[in-house]
Amino acid sequence: MTMKHVNTSVNGEAVEFLCEPHETLLDVLRNRLSLTGTKEGCGSGDCGACSVTVNGRLVCSCLVLGVEADGKEIATIEGVEDHGHLNVIQEKFLEHAALQCGICTPGFIVATRALLAENPDPTEEEARYFLAGNLCRCTGYDKIIRAVMDAAETIRGGA
Amino acid sequence: MAVVDYLSPTSVADAVKCLAGSPHPAKVLAGGTDLIIQSKGKYDSPLIVVDVKKIGSMVSAELTDDALILGPSMPCAELTAREDIKSVFPGLVEAAFLIGSTQVQGRASVGGNLCNASPAGDTIPALIANAAQCVIAGPNGERTVPVESFVTGVGKNCMTQGELLVSIRIPRPAAGSSDAYLRFIPRTEMDIAVAGAGVAVTLDSTGKCTAARVAIGAVAPTALLVPEAAAALVGSTVDDASLAAAAAAATAASNPITDRRGTAEYRRHVVGVLVKRAAAIAAQRARSVK
Ligand code: FES
Ligand code: FES
Repeated sequence: MTMKHVNTSVNGEAVEFLCEPHETLLDVLRNRLSLTGTKEGCGSGDCGACSVTVNGRLVCSCLVLGVEADGKEIATIEGVEDHGHLNVIQEKFLEHAALQCGICTPGFIVATRALLAENPDPTEEEARYFLAGNLCRCTGYDKIIRAVMDAAETIRGGA
Repeated sequence: MAVVDYLSPTSVADAVKCLAGSPHPAKVLAGGTDLIIQSKGKYDSPLIVVDVKKIGSMVSAELTDDALILGPSMPCAELTAREDIKSVFPGLVEAAFLIGSTQVQGRASVGGNLCNASPAGDTIPALIANAAQCVIAGPNGERTVPVESFVTGVGKNCMTQGELLVSIRIPRPAAGSSDAYLRFIPRTEMDIAVAGAGVAVTLDSTGKCTAARVAIGAVAPTALLVPEAAAALVGSTVDDASLAAAAAAATAASNPITDRRGTAEYRRHVVGVLVKRAAAIAAQRARSVK
């Protein structure tokens, strides 16, 4: 198998890597770039734990080939923090206890960021539908939605 | 299928060369939401993937005075954000919107849904209702196939090795036309259709239906065009009696299987209900676009 040489940007930094053609972006992030914040829940596009954005668009990194990252801008959970501090969405997840085991959390936070970039004032129903591709087996979703709605309100208030 | 090479041609001609001249079976990579899953963890036979998303016309859409020229690999998220397309083909856009989660929408495409040829593919009945034409490029030039003949069986389409679906051409409907797509799933979101129905109608200034196309999905090995259901609507004002006749025609045309998502009997009934409701919505929309 020929290795592929890929030039990309991850969280605003230029990154170069070699990968095999069958490796997914999720494999590359975790195994080649040591960015293990992005999680694998299912590997088949069903759980959203592997959510990242590619050129600003929310996708499952388990359904993107690593080579497809060439020339693109990738954003992962590692880039969410705000100058060494938790960002508002992360803080609200803590405040509302919107996580238990935590494996779904990076995906939820990346997806919430994408939701609020597109729709800063979502209704609860809009938030629930947007996040329907992120599964959580622990919290029962209620606390997650409360955290998302509170984060949206806080960001709108400029706090 | 183990992915052993990745090619990313930048023109249709090069893509056809990659597909036709490949030493191993080659498959087109659009959004990958079916292909990457199908290739995972299986190392029995080598597979070459040909990523067509670097070809501009594959991932863009143009709405002209005559037609919508849809790049087959345009992500559903981009399509559903196009208000100009939604205003002309609301049913097609709602079908595209039903595919998967937000994340899947970011990658999945109408062309991928069509080529993957699942009996339950949501966009296929909507494309059939809108009389879409599939433009296919291959080593011997281009050919055009009506969408209802494109899918030939479960997971099978009419293309041969070396061919590529290069655009989906949907004629702009006459004045007073609209469409709708409905599916039934046991949940509210993210599921596979138990049955689906796409309907397009044209109404004249008196509200009488002058043309209709009805297509049903998930109730036969392929989505079906049901001319008998359309005939029940044409000439009527899309009233209760004609809707009931269209529903009965759809039920009669269906040939479903029983699986864990529903029994054949249930699907036959539900597909009629969906045709009735989708036709009523399409007619309502047609009345308001005039
Ligand atoms: S790991 Fe990608 S969706 Fe579950
Ligand atoms: S906190 Fe455990 S899966 Fe969500």
